[in-house]
Amino acid sequence: MSDLLEVTDENFDAEIVNSDIPAMVDFWAVWCGPCKTVGPIVEELANEYEGKIKVAKMDVDQNRATPGKFGIRNIPTLIFFKGGEVTHTIVGAQPKNHIEEELKKLLAD
Amino acid sequence: MYDLIIIGAGPAGLTAGLYAARGRLNALLLERLAPGGQVLTTDWVENYPGFPEGISGFDLMEKMKTQAEHFDLPIRMEEVTGLELLPEKKVVITHKERLEAKALILTLGATPKKLGIEGEELLIGKGVSYCATCDGPFYRNQEVAVIGGGDTALEEALFLTRFVVKVHLIHRRDKLRAVKLLQDRAMAEEKIEFIWDTVPVRILGESGVEGIELKNVKTGEIDRKEVQGVFVFIGTQPNMDVINGLVRQDENGFVITDEKMETSIPGVFAAGDIRSKVLRQVSTAVGDGANAAFFAERFIENVE
Repeated sequence: MSDLLEVTDENFDAEIVNSDIPAMVDFWAVWCGPCKTVGPIVEELANEYEGKIKVAKMDVDQNRATPGKFGIRNIPTLIFFKGGEVTHTIVGAQPKNHIEEELKKLLAD
Repeated sequence: MYDLIIIGAGPAGLTAGLYAARGRLNALLLERLAPGGQVLTTDWVENYPGFPEGISGFDLMEKMKTQAEHFDLPIRMEEVTGLELLPEKKVVITHKERLEAKALILTLGATPKKLGIEGEELLIGKGVSYCATCDGPFYRNQEVAVIGGGDTALEEALFLTRFVVKVHLIHRRDKLRAVKLLQDRAMAEEKIEFIWDTVPVRILGESGVEGIELKNVKTGEIDRKEVQGVFVFIGTQPNMDVINGLVRQDENGFVITDEKMETSIPGVFAAGDIRSKVLRQVSTAVGDGANAAFFAERFIENVE
């Protein structure tokens, strides 16, 4: 569908936790309707912030360990990372401009 | 200036848009998130005519969107942050720009209502949910509580039985409001246990839901159930942030209209779940949307 980075339990630490730049991960699943509304927004943001913020998605059906570690029980959930630490979490579908505000915060401080 | 701006791309907005586009109005549909609305969270729609086997909420909305776009309706992803309702024009302010139209249709929809009890806010995303189709599979082999007694509560409780070992269905009365067919299905489902005349008073847990404290409204007795999830379906509230105080609303904030779907402000129409009415369904939203577009077109003709 797109070339958006898909992370797994195996490469999550390497790609996200140890990323040189801030990151945002979209936790989703095929059975989740609202996830399908957030998916295209996340893809757009991945293109717009390429090289500045690493934007990725993780299928919670295929990967159980990472969502478990972050206590995710509602999707879509977006988690923002900086220096391997969680800086912010958005639960539920939100408009693009709201998500973008959080991305700008990641770059600001 | 646009002839018509429609705000919100759920079933009502997409229908109004379809009618406006076929009427060759210079119309624009604005949506803050993505076309679809609340139906996107519905696993299976079986009471919308034309789909005898039923259809998933997502597929139904994809079809409605495709149909509206087929008549060249422009749909833009912008969040409306303010409105100026003047006699000569209606101004729509979005997070990006300022737009003007001769008429407006408000199809802003509604959002699931919260319980407003202790522990709820803290545990959203950690076991408190308003969408079983989004979150149900996280509760495989666990016990959950479902709050409510209407169609949505029963539909979602039935959906959850695919994953959980038990659903405690908590309802404040001793009778359900849901349509009889759903009542029969829920009563026949072994995994659903009804707890009547009871309201939740507190959701327990720190980093995740561990249980729920209940109160029997008749005896006053307090009880606790150990559950890992609490699903809340106690009705909806209107998405009224941008319209609050600008048009006449009922005591719950829903927009009051006449049978032409016109609000208290001439040239401003409302359709779908945002409207003050009893039955909120895809089928009623679609009817509202068609009427709103028809009478909006008449209004525009008379202005010219």
